Amino acid sequence: MFLWALLLANSGAGSALTGRYGFSKNRNMLNPAIEIENLSKEYPFGFLHLKKKRSLESLNMEVQQGEVFGFLGPNGAGKSTTIKLLMRLIFPTSGTARILGKSIEDVSMHQQIGYLPEQPYFYDYLTAAELLDYFARIHGLKAGDRRERVERMLKKVGLETAKKLQLRKYSKGMLQRAGLAQAILHDPEVVVLDEPMSGLDPLGRREVRDIILELKKEGRTVLFSTHILSDAEMLCDRVGVIVGGKLRGVGTPREIVGIQAQGMEILFELPGPAGEKKLALLERATKTGERYRVQLPEAELYGDLDELKAAGARILSVAQLKPTLEEFFMNLVEADRAQANAVEVSSQ
Amino acid sequence: MRNVWVVATNTFREAVRDRVLYNLVFFALLMMGAAVLVGQISIGIEESVIVSLGLTAISVIGIFIAVFIGVGLVSKEMDKRTLYALLAKPVERWQFLLGKYGGLVMTLAVNTGAMAVGLYVVLWSVKHPLERSDWYVLMAVYLILLKLGLVVALAMLFSCFTTPFLAILFTVGIYIAGVFAEDLRTMQAMDITPATMKLLRGISYVLPNFENFNVMGAVSHARGVPASLVWHDTAYTIVYAGIVLIGAAMVFSRRNLK
Repeated sequence: MFLWALLLANSGAGSALTGRYGFSKNRNMLNPAIEIENLSKEYPFGFLHLKKKRSLESLNMEVQQGEVFGFLGPNGAGKSTTIKLLMRLIFPTSGTARILGKSIEDVSMHQQIGYLPEQPYFYDYLTAAELLDYFARIHGLKAGDRRERVERMLKKVGLETAKKLQLRKYSKGMLQRAGLAQAILHDPEVVVLDEPMSGLDPLGRREVRDIILELKKEGRTVLFSTHILSDAEMLCDRVGVIVGGKLRGVGTPREIVGIQAQGMEILFELPGPAGEKKLALLERATKTGERYRVQLPEAELYGDLDELKAAGARILSVAQLKPTLEEFFMNLVEADRAQANAVEVSSQ
Repeated sequence: MRNVWVVATNTFREAVRDRVLYNLVFFALLMMGAAVLVGQISIGIEESVIVSLGLTAISVIGIFIAVFIGVGLVSKEMDKRTLYALLAKPVERWQFLLGKYGGLVMTLAVNTGAMAVGLYVVLWSVKHPLERSDWYVLMAVYLILLKLGLVVALAMLFSCFTTPFLAILFTVGIYIAGVFAEDLRTMQAMDITPATMKLLRGISYVLPNFENFNVMGAVSHARGVPASLVWHDTAYTIVYAGIVLIGAAMVFSRRNLK
């Protein structure tokens, strides 16, 4: 409950949480790369568009320069809506946003931004090299520079061998890589990636993670949306959690999820049936093949490890049990509902 | 203007790679068939029949491309979300629209030009050497191209705020109404009230007057096309298409993408 209280208290005010936890002062001294103020988006629907559905509600958020910021939320939470608003693909009902100090209405600002759309789809009659050359021309790069950059980017995303293949023959993962290449082609200061890992195999995900870390190393600001918690934990300086169009909290991944550890899990193997007899914790263990898996409260961990050691067990892994992102978001949604019910009861 | 040019050349490349220019094969076959047939059934008027048939084919094929590809220029990009990455770059939405328009007009110019060459080859095969009056065909082809430019602008305007199907219907509807705009203006009927007459006349001035671009009858009978008409139609197309494209840009510039 502590976490929920913390998140609710700080929803819409990421910087307050930053101050509370005493994050890097240097970061606060820089101008924010992305500033979002009271950004809301409503979509009209129904007969004569008289009804309105709110997709985003008074979003206030800042992404500092040079940080990797993860935008977390379940499907339909408002992540892509926020990103599309920043990229002026859709227009806000109210509120404003600035990137590198310039209004998002200012087209020239896009010279410093790289954007990867969710499930990208590009002109399928072009080859990857032609697509990158096309975008490089839009960015006003000279012919010689274009050739060099296109080659470099294709190599970076692992498409140099498929560069002469039309995009209609690309797999989803290859399209994602091409999309990533076009996003960073012009050396942008701010890179916005909408679900960059989606559709990628483990190798591809690893490569994308490496690229994001490389961008951070180069001092660029990265904002990416995801619903894969492990990616956010691995890459992000801070994350923002959005559910139902409302920002529910901003903080480091550890603050957001780490506190929520639900116990520990030990994976082990036993030398033979002799070892099994000695172990009381086997009653709670699940056996898969030769391996046993047991979940226990953190306080019991060291006692049980001693017991396993005494029985001659081979410890394969000890891991913190964390809720899945789905559980994490479900908890948030249920907390919302409980709060709404409480308000309803008290008003009655 | 750099962005407009980049988008236009890419649109042209798309049309070429999507085999839009394959219609030229159909045109070539049609004209070859016509050349053989005409020689057998229309003694003495072969030239006139070939010019009429050729110009009609150039116009119909062009209209077909202008409407169907014109409507798809924007709607296809929105459906497939190919313009997401582009609009997140330093590109104004009107530059995107103008580039797409320019690209299709470029495609139509190449297509129409190639068909005109084909028409001259067939004409030469039934009558050589060509006479001075035969060069009027070029003027007729130019006016057809102007007309197609106007149709593409209308198709783009409609595709900016409605579904592709409705946009095709609206464009074809306006085209047909535009062909009869002149008749609407000069219509004399007993049972029409003066108020209705005024309304029809008003509508006829708002509609694009496509009949202005039709010089097929004159050219097929070796009559010349006045230079004043060519200048008038050029100016008319630039102004009318310009207004339509400004309207399209205004609608598209505030449109939320899916």
